[in-house]
Amino acid sequence: MNWEAFWLTVRLAALVSTLLIAIGIPIAYWLTYSRWRWKFLIEAAVALPIVLPPTVLGFYVLVALGSRSPLGRWWESLTGHTLAFTFEGLVVGSLLYSLPFAVQPFATSFGAVDRKLLQASASLGHSPVQTFRRVVIPLSKTGLVTGFALSFAHTLGEFGVVLMVGGNIPGVTRTISIDIYDQVQTANYSSANQTALVLLVISFVVLSIVYGVNRRPWVVSPWR
Amino acid sequence: MTLLSKLTAFLILCAANAAAQEITVAAAADMSAALPQLVDAYTKKTGQTVKLSFGASGNLTNQIRNGAPFDVFFSADEDYPQQLIAEGFGSKDTLYGYAVGRLVLWVPNDSPLDLSKLGIKALLDPSVKKMSVANPATAPYGRAAAAALRHFGIYDQISSRLVVGENVSQAAQFIESGNAQAGLIALSHALAPAMKDKGRYWTVPLDAYPTLNQAAVVLAKSKQQDAARKFLNFLRTPEATALLTSYGFSLPLEKPANGGRMK
Repeated sequence: MNWEAFWLTVRLAALVSTLLIAIGIPIAYWLTYSRWRWKFLIEAAVALPIVLPPTVLGFYVLVALGSRSPLGRWWESLTGHTLAFTFEGLVVGSLLYSLPFAVQPFATSFGAVDRKLLQASASLGHSPVQTFRRVVIPLSKTGLVTGFALSFAHTLGEFGVVLMVGGNIPGVTRTISIDIYDQVQTANYSSANQTALVLLVISFVVLSIVYGVNRRPWVVSPWR
Repeated sequence: MTLLSKLTAFLILCAANAAAQEITVAAAADMSAALPQLVDAYTKKTGQTVKLSFGASGNLTNQIRNGAPFDVFFSADEDYPQQLIAEGFGSKDTLYGYAVGRLVLWVPNDSPLDLSKLGIKALLDPSVKKMSVANPATAPYGRAAAAALRHFGIYDQISSRLVVGENVSQAAQFIESGNAQAGLIALSHALAPAMKDKGRYWTVPLDAYPTLNQAAVVLAKSKQQDAARKFLNFLRTPEATALLTSYGFSLPLEKPANGGRMK
């Protein structure tokens, strides 16, 4: 079991899912309440990473954000290095890769809040931002937990993007899925087995949390 | 028999026929430019179609152990085919050392480094923020690169800047795309049309790393032993060796008349 790779991956997943709360909430808010007629295009764009192969994302991060592109040169002048082969590079790739897994549960739960409550809040003098903070967010806790957990789990299991842009640097970009791949390729099955089992258990626990918070109360306690 | 069922039967026969004829070759990533050309020439000559699958030699070896349906295996390192033979996955009499691979230090055209003057020491220049190599665990070129860096005594100075490609093609792609500033890759990639005009290279002297003896073997589980052996024999023809040479492969010093070990 490669603990360095394990903690690196947990750090990556925790950072990405936390950032996605900050980035995802405004996007989900806009997607829920906007009446723009072309909104469906943005919805499609946000959902893209669900269907796009990770290799496409990896390719874009390498080439479109590489040192041959204007965007890549701008990043390089800012930080002194390219995005590929760095922890930040993995964070950027993972943010894109896991975006829909945060935004969609957020948007679904925002949309499920009864509009009458929003009107009541507005009529009591709250601004839209106050209403959002005091009414929508508390009523959307389940969706927020779901989005956080799903993006965490999805980042934990990320492989293709990391294989393409990571460069397999121990402690920097060698994530747990890459470690498992290396172990399997060198026929080191017992080590691969241990690591795979840890990942399996964590993924199961995270998904159990997701389904647990989303369960209908009466399933567990019919007398309520 | 209706026309439709005749047609269906015909198509099934065609498909079965094609499947029986085609052979599948697993090849080291350093052959990714040369081998398709060899196959083109071979197919034109004999009608035999060949499917190609590239990867790090170690990865392919592991896939073969786990039942990958390949007929021939081209390795960048003779150890892997020998392991497979010892484990009963390769036919010993078919082992053929077809070439010797060369390791080169490659930089893109826009690099300020003067390779002819600096040689391997170019890697110590601060402009080299990342340098790419293949994964030493699975790729012979990765092991050669690590050995060469140790040979010149600069491994420890370089190690924090190393990025590791899954195979030597990915190591080449990391520099070609500008994400790494230098790399130790296969000469066959440096000479391939995709990279030829994009950079310069310095050939790492042969005494700096264990010789990359490339070897091919027909796999024991192949159902097309004859077709596989014929393809392997094609590599001994002057036409094939000329093409390999044009991609920077040198020929093994001593060529056994029929199969056998090299060196």
